[in-house]
Amino acid sequence: MKLQTLVWRELFERKSQMLTCFLAILLGITTVVAIKNVTHYSEKAVAREMDSLGANVLVLPKSVTLQDYYSADMHDEVIPEEYVMRLTLSDIEGVDNLSPKLHVPVEVGGRGFALTGILPKSEFQAKAAWAGAGIFARPIGCGAIDVGAEPEPEDKKTLVRNRVIKDLGSHEILIGSDVAALQGIAEGDSLTLLGEPFSVVAVLPETGTVDDSRIFGHLHTVQRLSGKGEVVNCIEIVGCCKEIAAGLVDGVNKLLPDAKVVTVKQVVATQQNVNGMMERLSVIFLAIIVVVGGAGIANYMYSNVFERRREIGTLMALGAESGLVLRIFLLKALLLGLAGGIGGYLLGTVLAVALGPRLAGVPVLPMPVLALWAVGISAGITLVASCFPARRAARLDPVATFQEI
Amino acid sequence: MLRMEDVCKSYRHRGQVVQALDGATVAIARGDFVSVVGPSGSGKSTLLLMLGGMLSPSSGRVLLEGESIYDLPSDGRARLRKKNVGFVFQTFNLVPYLTALENVQVPMYLAGVDEKSQRERAAALLQRVGLGDRLDHKPAELSVGQQQRVALARMLANDPALILADEPTGNLDPETADQIIGFFEQFNDEGRTIVMVTHDPRAAVRARRTLRLSDGRIVDETRGGRALHVA
Repeated sequence: MKLQTLVWRELFERKSQMLTCFLAILLGITTVVAIKNVTHYSEKAVAREMDSLGANVLVLPKSVTLQDYYSADMHDEVIPEEYVMRLTLSDIEGVDNLSPKLHVPVEVGGRGFALTGILPKSEFQAKAAWAGAGIFARPIGCGAIDVGAEPEPEDKKTLVRNRVIKDLGSHEILIGSDVAALQGIAEGDSLTLLGEPFSVVAVLPETGTVDDSRIFGHLHTVQRLSGKGEVVNCIEIVGCCKEIAAGLVDGVNKLLPDAKVVTVKQVVATQQNVNGMMERLSVIFLAIIVVVGGAGIANYMYSNVFERRREIGTLMALGAESGLVLRIFLLKALLLGLAGGIGGYLLGTVLAVALGPRLAGVPVLPMPVLALWAVGISAGITLVASCFPARRAARLDPVATFQEI
Repeated sequence: MLRMEDVCKSYRHRGQVVQALDGATVAIARGDFVSVVGPSGSGKSTLLLMLGGMLSPSSGRVLLEGESIYDLPSDGRARLRKKNVGFVFQTFNLVPYLTALENVQVPMYLAGVDEKSQRERAAALLQRVGLGDRLDHKPAELSVGQQQRVALARMLANDPALILADEPTGNLDPETADQIIGFFEQFNDEGRTIVMVTHDPRAAVRARRTLRLSDGRIVDETRGGRALHVA
């Protein structure tokens, strides 16, 4: 005979009550695990989608409006290029993809186009490391879902999607699709701009934006040719949606008080709404589980104590101390909690993996970390809900043993 | 061994004060076998509960081996019961979901005896009360007489010096009751002190002496047929 035997045998003595209580915990935990699992992958999928849309935060000179930037494409106001370094060296999360730009008008074949100077990522990363930022300990990327796809080989054309390219020589240029079509320029051709020869390393695919009528060159070359010094017209940031929601714009505003920071609010708001709704749903379900499940368990435990008062009294008459009686009920609660938590995690994960793709349209994988979470919540609820009933049992008057019940 | 000194117990019931015990003084020597008789509500069970450290008196003292048991905290009294006292109940109070063997193991588990020794001693005790072939039966699978014998085996588990029995034959037919009282006589012969509350005159007369209670007072004491056995 040991404590576990005593508790285990009693559990199965009142099977129907125990099963009802167990099912309540199991279904509650199953629901929350399934929602949390699907939500996690849905958020990641949405974030990935959003991140692929392009720049969503712009750092502009104070006097320039977003309207000016998009409608006129070009403006004369500038901000120091040093702002890029400040951003890179700051501890703001979510500014991994920075793209400083300087536009100057150029003429090709008698038509006017914009020559946009861009800074390859490799250069400001190297600068940052040299300036003491270490080896970029900050995680790069937005934590988008990895669906097992092969990483894309580095291609100059990724500029279209990522707004940033890794390397670009000082006399290399990328040509927008309209420029290429109008002027009959192909990859490998040479072009003279502002009196200097450039080789065309890529023709960018059509985007349907002003980028199609732009020519992209190295920022420092464009700065030198335009004679404007170390300045840029804007810094585009492909901010991670999660970080934008968490206040990235405020962070950049504080860091660069003399610049204007704007974000594509509508896009971010959509993401925030979706994420917020899922989060709220999961919190609501959790609250329901805690309240309804907890009340159910407390009720079950109270009636269990009431039914067993004679047995408890007998144990006390035989010499059981109050601490042992307390342990009998708390161990029972813990066993129910553990079983409910483990079962709920397994069932919830199966549901999420099976139904996630149909309901949320995203692939869902099991999340082992939710097992700890499920067991913790489940055992926590059952233990807390059983505290008062167990205390009542421990303080029961053993005299009840002698009275006819 | 056991002394009650001017013990009173009163409690309120529906606004009225009920005097369950009124100035009870009694001394019970080691090896004594005392039966307590009296009409319902005369305070018999209250007296037994007080001797077992389960119900504190309103005034007066109860001493076990010279120690005032109600000066101990409730867990201290539980330890005292575990070590010295064996209870027998009218309705047996066996744990329904445990087998006969496991029921007898419970007091030993509470006393911290290892599992192997628990099983060996529990089997020997059940053998002694004639239930060697019912070790794995649950209470519901046993007759009332057999259940009371399991309860006797459980009571003996920690080898108590004092046995407190509340109407141990109250639910039994005369033949089985006779058998159970026979066991009590054996336990008394082993030197154990027994206090037995009973309504059954045939059981009461087999004790060494009989205390008669009425309205919470000990009104009479008669000697029975048994000689005092001192171990």
